Amino acid sequence: MKTMQANVVTPDGSVFEGQVEMVTVKTTEGSLGIMANHLPLVAPLTVSAVRLKMDSKIQLVAVSGGFIEVRPDEVSVLAESAELPSDIDIARARAAKERAERRLERAKQENLDFKRAEMALKRAINRLEVAGG
Amino acid sequence: MASLRDIKSRITSTKKTKQITKAMQMVSAAKLNRAQSKATAFLPYTEKIRDVVASIASGSESDEEGISHPMLEAREEVKKTAYLVITSDRGLCGAYNSGLLRHTLKTINERHQSPEEYGLIVVGRVGRDFFKKRGMPIYQEVVGLQDQPEYAEIKNIAATTVDMFTDGIFDEIYLHYNHFVSVISQKVTETKLLPLNEFDTEEEGSETELAPKTNLEYIYEPDPKVILEQLLPHYAESLIYGALLDAKASEFGARMTAMQSATNNATDRIEELTLVYNRARQAAITQEINEIVGGAAALD
Repeated sequence: MKTMQANVVTPDGSVFEGQVEMVTVKTTEGSLGIMANHLPLVAPLTVSAVRLKMDSKIQLVAVSGGFIEVRPDEVSVLAESAELPSDIDIARARAAKERAERRLERAKQENLDFKRAEMALKRAINRLEVAGG
Repeated sequence: MASLRDIKSRITSTKKTKQITKAMQMVSAAKLNRAQSKATAFLPYTEKIRDVVASIASGSESDEEGISHPMLEAREEVKKTAYLVITSDRGLCGAYNSGLLRHTLKTINERHQSPEEYGLIVVGRVGRDFFKKRGMPIYQEVVGLQDQPEYAEIKNIAATTVDMFTDGIFDEIYLHYNHFVSVISQKVTETKLLPLNEFDTEEEGSETELAPKTNLEYIYEPDPKVILEQLLPHYAESLIYGALLDAKASEFGARMTAMQSATNNATDRIEELTLVYNRARQAAITQEINEIVGGAAALD
C-alpha cells in the first residue's frame, strides 16, 4: 500500500515522524480519513485522538486541538500539545478530570470559567481514552 | 604594604571566586546546549504554521472576496504601543540585561511623550524591577521561568498579549529581546509582533524559498476565514515562544562568556597577588637576616 510521511509537531518538539498508510483525525467539521495523494487541505482539529495506521498497526496520539495540513506526500499535525499513549500520565489525567468536573459543577452556579473547565475536562477525557485504548 | 596574612587571605578568596565562576561557566555551557536543541526542536512547528498562514494570506490576493483579518492589518491610528521585553531573572550575565533595557528605554523615550502611549509586558525579574523603579506602566509580568521553558508556561502571557491586541488595548506590539548570534555575541533585536501586516513584504524577500510550497492550492475546511481566525493567534503565540527560546539561549551564551572572562580575570589576579606575596615574603626574610647580621655585628 502506498505510504506517506506523517509528522505530529508541537512547540516542544516532534512527537511522531514516520511513514503511514492512513491518518484519521477529527476536525471541527467531522471525522476525516486521509491516505496518500490526498488533495492539499488545511483543517482545524478538535481535542481528540489522531490515528496513524501503518502495516495494520495503529498508533494513537492525543492532541489538544491544533491543525492538520495535508500535502500529496505528507501530512502534518500541528498542536500545542500532543502525546503518545505511553507518554500519558494516567493518574494525572484522572486527577485533572476530577478537578475539571468539580469546577464545572461550581461553574454552573457561579458562571465562571465554564469554558476553560470544559476544555480541561475534554483534554483529560481524551488523554484517558487514548491511554486506555 | 599589606601584611603577608592579608595577601594570603586575598589569594584564597580569589581562588574561591574563581572556582565558583568556573562552575557557573560550565553550567551555562550545558544549559546553552539544551536551550539550543530546544530552539531547534521548536523550529518545525512555527515554520509549518507560517507556511499555512503565508499560503492563506497570499491566496487572498487572487481571491475576489479577499481574506482579511484584524491581526493582519495595521490600524490607522496607533494610540497605544506595547513592548514585550524579555530579560533574565538573575544577573551575572554581563551586559545581557543592561544593553537590552537601555535600548528599550531609548526607543520608548524617542517614540512616546507620555506613559499613556505605551505599555510594557515584561518577562524576567531584572526587567520588571527596572521598569517598576522608573514607574513605567507594566501590564503583565512573568518571573521565575524555567531555564528550558515549556510552551505551557508562557501560553498564558502569550495568549493574553494577543488578546490585548484583539481587544484594542494595544494597537501595535513589539518584541524586544537578545537574539542569539553566537556563543560570544548576542544582538539586541526589535521585531514587530502584531499586526502582522509586514508579513507580505517579508514574504517577498524569502519568496524563492517559499514559492514552491505555497503554490499548492489548499482546500480549507470549513473555510479560510475560520482557519485564519484560529491560526493567527497560534502563530503570534508561537512567535513569542520562539523569541523566548532565542532569548534564553542568548542568556546562557552571555552568562557563559561573562563567567569565562571572570575566571580569566581571577586567574590574572591570583598571579599578581602571588607575585606580591612572594615579594613580601622575600622582603620579610631579608629584613630578618639583616636584623640578625646587625645584631651579631653589634656584639663584636
